[in-house]
Amino acid sequence: MRITLTVNGTRREVDGVWEGESLLYALRERMGLPGSKNACEQGECGSCTVYLDGLPVCSCLVAAGQADGREVTTVEGLSADGELRPVQQAFLACGAVQCGFCTPGLIVSTHDLLERNPQPSDPEIREALAGNLCRCTGYEKIMDAVRLASRAQERAS
Amino acid sequence: MTSAVPNSAGASETTASRGRVGDSPLRPDGLLKVTGAFAYASDLSRDDMLWGATLRSPHPHARIVAIDTAPALAVPGVHAVLTAADVPGENAVGLEHLDQPALAEGVVRYQGEAVALVAAEHPETARRAAARIVVEYEELPAVTDPRRALEPGAALVHPARRDAGGNLVREVRMRRGDPAPTAPVVVALDFEVGMQDQAFLGPESGLAVPGADGGVDLHVATQWLHVDQRQVCHVLGLPPGKVRLHLAGVGGAFGGREDLSMHAHACLLALRTGRPVKMSYSREESFFGHVHRHPAWLRYEFGAERDGTLVYARADILFDGGAYASSTGAVVGNGGSLGLGPYRIPNVHVDARGVYTNNPPCGAMRGFGCVQAAFAHEALMDELADAVGVDPVEIRARNGMREGDTNITGQVIDSAAPVAELIRIVRDMPLPPGSPPEPDLRELPGGVGNTTHGEGVVRGIGYAVTYKNVGFSEGYDDYSTARVRLEVSAGEPVATVHTAAAEVGQGLITVEQQIARTELGVERVVVQQADTTVGSAGSTSASRQTYVTGGAVKAACEAVRDTVLARAAGMLQRAAADLRLDGDKIVDVSGEVLTGVADVLGDEAVEETLEWRHRPTAPLDEETGAGDAHVQFAFSAHRAVVDVDVELGLVKVVALDTAQDVGRAVNPDAVLGQIQGGSAQGMGLALMEEVVVTDGRVRNPSFTDYLIPTILDTPPMRIEVLEYADPHAPYGVRGVGEPPTISSGPAVAAAIRAATGKALRRVPVRPEHITGA
Repeated sequence: MRITLTVNGTRREVDGVWEGESLLYALRERMGLPGSKNACEQGECGSCTVYLDGLPVCSCLVAAGQADGREVTTVEGLSADGELRPVQQAFLACGAVQCGFCTPGLIVSTHDLLERNPQPSDPEIREALAGNLCRCTGYEKIMDAVRLASRAQERAS
Repeated sequence: MTSAVPNSAGASETTASRGRVGDSPLRPDGLLKVTGAFAYASDLSRDDMLWGATLRSPHPHARIVAIDTAPALAVPGVHAVLTAADVPGENAVGLEHLDQPALAEGVVRYQGEAVALVAAEHPETARRAAARIVVEYEELPAVTDPRRALEPGAALVHPARRDAGGNLVREVRMRRGDPAPTAPVVVALDFEVGMQDQAFLGPESGLAVPGADGGVDLHVATQWLHVDQRQVCHVLGLPPGKVRLHLAGVGGAFGGREDLSMHAHACLLALRTGRPVKMSYSREESFFGHVHRHPAWLRYEFGAERDGTLVYARADILFDGGAYASSTGAVVGNGGSLGLGPYRIPNVHVDARGVYTNNPPCGAMRGFGCVQAAFAHEALMDELADAVGVDPVEIRARNGMREGDTNITGQVIDSAAPVAELIRIVRDMPLPPGSPPEPDLRELPGGVGNTTHGEGVVRGIGYAVTYKNVGFSEGYDDYSTARVRLEVSAGEPVATVHTAAAEVGQGLITVEQQIARTELGVERVVVQQADTTVGSAGSTSASRQTYVTGGAVKAACEAVRDTVLARAAGMLQRAAADLRLDGDKIVDVSGEVLTGVADVLGDEAVEETLEWRHRPTAPLDEETGAGDAHVQFAFSAHRAVVDVDVELGLVKVVALDTAQDVGRAVNPDAVLGQIQGGSAQGMGLALMEEVVVTDGRVRNPSFTDYLIPTILDTPPMRIEVLEYADPHAPYGVRGVGEPPTISSGPAVAAAIRAATGKALRRVPVRPEHITGA
C-alpha cells in the first residue's frame, strides 16, 4: 500500500508498504531514517521513540499505515537545521553516550519531558525516562545530561 | 583523583581539554550518536540486498530425521534456503573448541540452535519462508540439570566425547597448604546464581557483501574481528584474504558478541545468492543467538581464627556450560583461580567444573566467572563476620589482600591491592538520608505501583569486595596490533591510528586518540575503522583494550616518533634524545622551537605497525592450580543501601556506592561511565535479571519478561577512583570495565539480607525469597 505522511517537516509518499510493517520499519528501511532504533520491537526499550502528531510513541508499536496522513518527527528531525538541541548538546557534554543505541530514543523522550516540564525534579526525570532502557551507562550521566539540558534551556529562554 | 557525587548537577560535565592521556575529551562518535546518524550494524543497507532469516530448533535435544526446504523455496521472493548440507567448508565453529556446527547437522543440542537459513527480498518474507521449512525431529533425552550431567549413565551431549571427558568441559583444581586444615570457627553455605543475559541493546546484525574475487566482505557488530574471521573462513572454506571483516557500529557487547551469531550465516547466503545479505535479529532471536552468563552452583566453606582471620577455604563450583563450550574453559579457569575473592588464605581446596548440558550455551559476560563466585564468597564473608562478631567492613579489611601477598595460585600480587582501603572508603561515604515522613512514591519499593507509603519498609546496608584478572590468562598469547602513521596535511601534522580493536561503546577510539596526541604531540588524530586489513587486536573483553591495544598504539607511536626525531636530529645535527614533538613543531627539552614537523617530513609519511604484548602468563598446574596465570588484578568495593518492602518482597536500591583502583585513569569520564554501567549490571543480576530455563527451554526471551534495570530502578552512585599506577602496565593503567559488575551485586544481596534477616542463597532475589518462610 501507499502511505503519505509528513516526516521531519517534509511530505513523504511511500509505496509498497506491507500492512504488517511498523512505522519504525518504514522509517528505517523505506525512508532512509535509521536513527530510530530497533532494540526490542515490542515497546519495552524506548529506542525507537518518535513524535507522532507531537506525542512521543514507540514507533515499533505503530503500524506504518496508522501514520498515514500524520506528522512524524524523528531524532534526525530534531537537529534538521544543523543546530544541536540543548538536550543533544547535554548528552554529548555529560558523557551520557556510550554505545549510543538507546540515545536517539532518550533524546526524543528527554526533549518531550523538557517541553512539558522544563525544570523536572530527579524523580520526575526518572519517571519520564523509565521507558527508555540503557545498558551501558547506569543512567547517572543521563541524569546529569537531563539536568544540564534543563538548565541550558532555562538560560536560553 | 576522579570521583563522582550524585545529584550534583553537571559534576561530570566534560570540560574543554587538550585530549591527552588523563583528560576527558568528547568522544568522536558522540555527535553522530546524538543526531541518529551513527551507522550501527543493523542500519546498513544496499539497494540490491536480501534479508536473511534463521530457522531454529524448538527442541533442546533431538535428532534431525529429515529437512524439506521445498515449501520455503516456493515462496515468492525467496532466493535461497540453506542447511548444513550447503556448508562448503568444515561445519564447525567455537572459541576454544570447534564443537558447534554453523548449521545443525543430524542433531540439535539446544532450543534455538540454527538449523536452516533463508534469504528473501523482505525480512518478513524470509521469516515466513523459514517457518515453512519442514524439519522432522526425533526428540532425544535432554541433559538439563548440570548437577547431574557428570553422573554415570547421564546422556552425553556430545557422544563423540565419551572417552574424552564426557559432559565435562573443564575441571580446575586448586590445592594449597595443609590438605586437612582445621579452624576454631567454620562457616559454610550453598549458593545458586541464575543465568544472566548481556542484553546489549543493538541486536546481532551484519551485512555480507559478495566480492568479485569469490570472497566476501562482512560488516558486523562484534568484539573481536579476527577470531570471527578465523571461524568464518573455516565454515566457508576460504582463506583469510577472501573473508574480509569490517567493524560496523556496535550497540553494546558485554561478552555476548565474542561468539559468532549471524556472521557465517550471512556470508553463506551472500555467496550462494551473489547478492548482499543483511541479517538482524529480533530481541527474541537475540536471546537464542548469543551465549549467556553461566548459571552456577557453589558450595563454600571458610575456616577462621576466632578474630576472623581466614585459615582455610574450600569451594566447589559448578558452571552450566550449555550445549557448546564457547569460553566455558576460561570461565572455569577464572572461577577456580579467582573464585575465593581478594583475600589472604593460606590453605585452599577448590574444585571448579564446567559441564555440557542441553541448556542454552553459556560463555563470556562481563565479570567472566568471578561474578558467580563473588556472590558466594561475599555472602560467606558476612556469615563469618557474624560468627566472630566483627563488622562486615573490618572482616574484609582484615583478610583483604595487600601488595606483595600471594594469591591462591601462588602468584605474587606485585602492584597495588588496596582491599582494606577500598572497603573503608565506601564505608565512610555519606549515607543517603532516611525516607521523609511523606516519601515520594517513586523512591519507594514498588514505586508508582503505590504498594506502600513507607509502611513495612526496612532499610539495609551491604558490602562487597572483589578482584578480577585483566587480559587473557593462563599462558594465552594475548597481543594487539597497531598501525600508526604521521604525515603533514595542509601544513598540520596528522596522526592516523589503525587497529582491529572493537569500539563497542566503552570509548576505546577516544583513548586511542588521547594516546596518539600524548605520544606524538599532535592535535589531529584520525582513527580508522577497525577491520582485518591490520593484525589482530585481540578481544574487546577481559577489561583489556586500554591496556593491550592502548599499549600497542603507544608503542607504535613511540616507533613513529623515534623515526621522525632521528630524521630531525640528522637535519639539525642534534642528539635525538634532546628533541620533542610539540604540535607542528620540533622543540628541544627547554621548549625552544628548532624546526617544523613539516620541514622534517615533507611529503613523506612515517608509518609503523607493530604487535605489542603484555608480560607473559603461565598455565595453571593440572594438579594444584599453581601458576602465575594472570597479567594484572583489578580491585573494587561496593556499598549498597536498599529499602525492602518486607511484606511484598519488593526492593528499591537507594544508593550503590563504590571505590575502585584503576591504576591510571586515561579518560576519567569514561572510567566513571564504565563503573556506573557495570554497577547497574551487577545490581540487575542481584535483583531481576534471569533467563529462566525449564527443561531446556527458555521461558522469557523478551524485554517484557527479561527485565534489566530502568532509570527508576537504578540509584545514585557515589564513586571514588584510586589511581595506584601499575608499574608493569602502559601509563600504569589497570583494567576498569569488569570489577564493578562483580562487587555491586553481592553488595545489593547483602543489603537485602541485612534488611530482612533472610539467608538469600540464590540470585536474582525474588519477592517470594523475601516474603517466604
